[in-house]
Amino acid sequence: MSPQTGLSMQGISHHFGKMRVVDDVSLNIAPGELVCLLGPSGCGKTTTLRIAAGLEAPDAGTVSLNGAVVSGNGIHLPPERRHVGFLFQDYALFPHLRVLGNVEFGIDSLRPADRHARAMEMLEQVGMADYAGSWPHQLSGGQQQRVALARALAPSPALMLLDEPFSGLDKRLRDLVRDETLQVLKRNKVATLMVTHDPEEAMFMADRVAVMRQGQVMQFDRPEVLYNSPADPFVAAFFGEVNQWHARPQGGMIRSPLGDFACSHDGECDVLARPEAVRMESDGAIVARVLTARPLGPVSLLHLLVADPNGGNLEIRARLACRSLPAEGEIIRLAVDPTQVFVYPRA
Amino acid sequence: MPPYPQNKNGLSAPWPWLVTVLALAGLAALPVLVVATNLLVPSQGTWSHLADTVLGDYVANSLALMGGVGLGVTLGGVGTAWLVTMCRFPGSRPLEWALLLPMAMPAYVVAYAYTGFLDYAGPVQTALRALFGWQSMRDYWFPDIRSLGGAIAVLVMVLYPYVYMLARAAFLEQSVCVLEASRTLGRGPWRSFFGIALPLARASIITGLALALMETLNDFGTVQFFAVDTFTTGIYRTWLGLGKPAVAAQLGAVLMIFVAVLIALERLSRGGAKSHHTTTRYRRLPRIPLTGGRAVLALLFCALPVALGFVVPAAMLAAWTIEVGLAQSFGGDFLHLAKNSLLLALVAGLAAVAVAVVLAYAQRLHPRPLVRLAVRVASLGYAIPGSVIAVGIMVPLIALDRSVARTIESWTGMSPGLLLTGTVFALVYAYMVRFLAVSAGSVEASLAKVTPSLEAAARTLGCGTVAALKRVHLPMIKGSLLSAILLVFVDVMKELPATLIMRPFNFDTLATRTFTFASDERLASAGAPALAIVLVGLIPVLLLSRAIAKSRPGESE
Repeated sequence: MSPQTGLSMQGISHHFGKMRVVDDVSLNIAPGELVCLLGPSGCGKTTTLRIAAGLEAPDAGTVSLNGAVVSGNGIHLPPERRHVGFLFQDYALFPHLRVLGNVEFGIDSLRPADRHARAMEMLEQVGMADYAGSWPHQLSGGQQQRVALARALAPSPALMLLDEPFSGLDKRLRDLVRDETLQVLKRNKVATLMVTHDPEEAMFMADRVAVMRQGQVMQFDRPEVLYNSPADPFVAAFFGEVNQWHARPQGGMIRSPLGDFACSHDGECDVLARPEAVRMESDGAIVARVLTARPLGPVSLLHLLVADPNGGNLEIRARLACRSLPAEGEIIRLAVDPTQVFVYPRA
Repeated sequence: MPPYPQNKNGLSAPWPWLVTVLALAGLAALPVLVVATNLLVPSQGTWSHLADTVLGDYVANSLALMGGVGLGVTLGGVGTAWLVTMCRFPGSRPLEWALLLPMAMPAYVVAYAYTGFLDYAGPVQTALRALFGWQSMRDYWFPDIRSLGGAIAVLVMVLYPYVYMLARAAFLEQSVCVLEASRTLGRGPWRSFFGIALPLARASIITGLALALMETLNDFGTVQFFAVDTFTTGIYRTWLGLGKPAVAAQLGAVLMIFVAVLIALERLSRGGAKSHHTTTRYRRLPRIPLTGGRAVLALLFCALPVALGFVVPAAMLAAWTIEVGLAQSFGGDFLHLAKNSLLLALVAGLAAVAVAVVLAYAQRLHPRPLVRLAVRVASLGYAIPGSVIAVGIMVPLIALDRSVARTIESWTGMSPGLLLTGTVFALVYAYMVRFLAVSAGSVEASLAKVTPSLEAAARTLGCGTVAALKRVHLPMIKGSLLSAILLVFVDVMKELPATLIMRPFNFDTLATRTFTFASDERLASAGAPALAIVLVGLIPVLLLSRAIAKSRPGESE
């Protein structure tokens, strides 16, 4: 990808007091690409976003927009001159302006007629044209989110920044708005950086996901790569609860309750298995006793007791589709999908 | 997510804001610093003469005034606040806002009104003579209002609303839950009041008391008229009468020690008792219904301050205005005075609010200790008596004018005279120093409505600091700006000592003319300008009352 267009962040670090909140982060986003910053609270993802916007000046590193350095090398271009769109968690609609006034806010350099046309075009795109004359407080959360999106996109920014834009919406509305937002962003072919703590949302929205932890990017890749070959236990565990135990490989093999896996490391290893890694099969190699079984709708959640080849028993969680829920105490047989089991050397 | 760190500024590089806020704070602090340095100036002959003769009187009178006023406003303010918030008796609801009415009255106006009301030819003594058949002054004894006691009474009448307002707010804020807990633990309503409600409201009451005492120290018109010698009258006399600016400044410095002690005591009491409300649940205050004799007593206790502090003096002013004749009262000179007062108050109000906006916004952009300190210092003027501020501005201004005049004279051979001293500019500067805290408080509070993300939204949509202020902040806080202008406006209308000392030659306002009429014993003529001041002063009081009547923080679930 050419570093001449879109956003490029190189070696960004930032401190609040003594705390290092962003630690040597590098990212690039091509025009039309959507990148998610994914991580738990306090991992530095929002600060990274604010640095991209120019709302914070990084302590080290450079930010370039369309090939021009906007932060770093002694330069700090203030946010008002960066030409970025920012979608805030609380939408931040100006309460003293109507919907139309909000959308026109960032394009006041246009002639009045053009300004009105552009604002209406954007409101049309997000399906809010009928509300141009409404006040922000008259709108529902989802409607406010759409207006905020139209406002941010109206000046045709080089980069869109989204800060947990769907966290204020309830689940059903969230799925709908998320879908619409994605379409609008793709239609406008704008480079987008979005912050979220919800892995499902990141998988759904992003072309590529950067998983952050304690200020560092742990892995930056396409969603399916993150899911199928997570770089470390943290990334693997971030997509949902995992079964985890440690073991010492012997002769290039790890013997685990879920079978034997090849391992090239020496010394203690972490073994992680997703709850989706097992499925019920009458001729499966693993024998397990059902401790509890709870239906969750499309799948069921089972707590199982399996024999540990290194001695004793081990409790694991399994998430599987089964037509009839097994009874507690029942003995079942399992097959294992080795692509959902990961082995990492212990740090 | 952790909340956004308050602009650790990536937001452009607005260093001009930093420079501006420091410069403004310096200007606002200048008069206080000038006067304070006079404490260190070696004493002059006149000063030691003053110290030997009148200084003792000043201190004794000021202490007596503060003692009497402090006692009076605490009893009156807390008592009325408790009765109207916690009890129900006929008239308690309208009294809740009517008790604020005396705030519209400047103390000196009340002093003039009562002097006329109670003097030999006034309605009270005339009625007594008619009633008892007395022929002359020798037949009976009547207390002299123009005394220390009279001054205390007048100041209590107009200053108790400070304590009332803050105590009332504190009582309303208290959740009824703690009071109910006290009741279930076996304490009756009255013991709950003294054991729970009063200690919880202590910090607020002391703040109100400190404000009332600062106003007491600031008062000039009342004590001057009643011939009670205090620091303010002393400053006025040494400045305008004796023409000794250095001595006046030294008197001001001693007066500032009084103020400093008050501020320190107030801070101390607040720091010591940081009572947090332990419950966030508020329930409608159950009011104790009073009946029979108790209701009558409560009604009298609450109605008396309103009658004495507002109704009687206002009626007296109105009677004088009619006596002089409406055409005479409001004709001729009156319009000219009113124009001076209104223009001056308007300009000062706009200036104070503009400076407050700059200070508050700069503090948001640069939230560092230095800026916070500067803003604090800039707001100190509310505690400093107007006469002290006047001296603190005039001394450096005269020096500046002289050196400018000398320079110009040495270049051109012609003296331009004094350029700034005795101009409206100097007067507006003094008002701004004195009343900046009034506007700064309300601007700062209302700017909190503009959340960090709204500010950031404006920035990413292409606004710089100035544009964001103009397009987002100011429109959002428009209402508060107007009320801040109004508050300063009214305070300036009433202000007397600084105006008297600093006004341009032959420049009169409603307040100064009221003062001169009264000084010349032409009380009836003072009626119309005084009435005008009171009427304007009623506007914010009525707005405040309306806000009280509408919002009932203690009663909303």
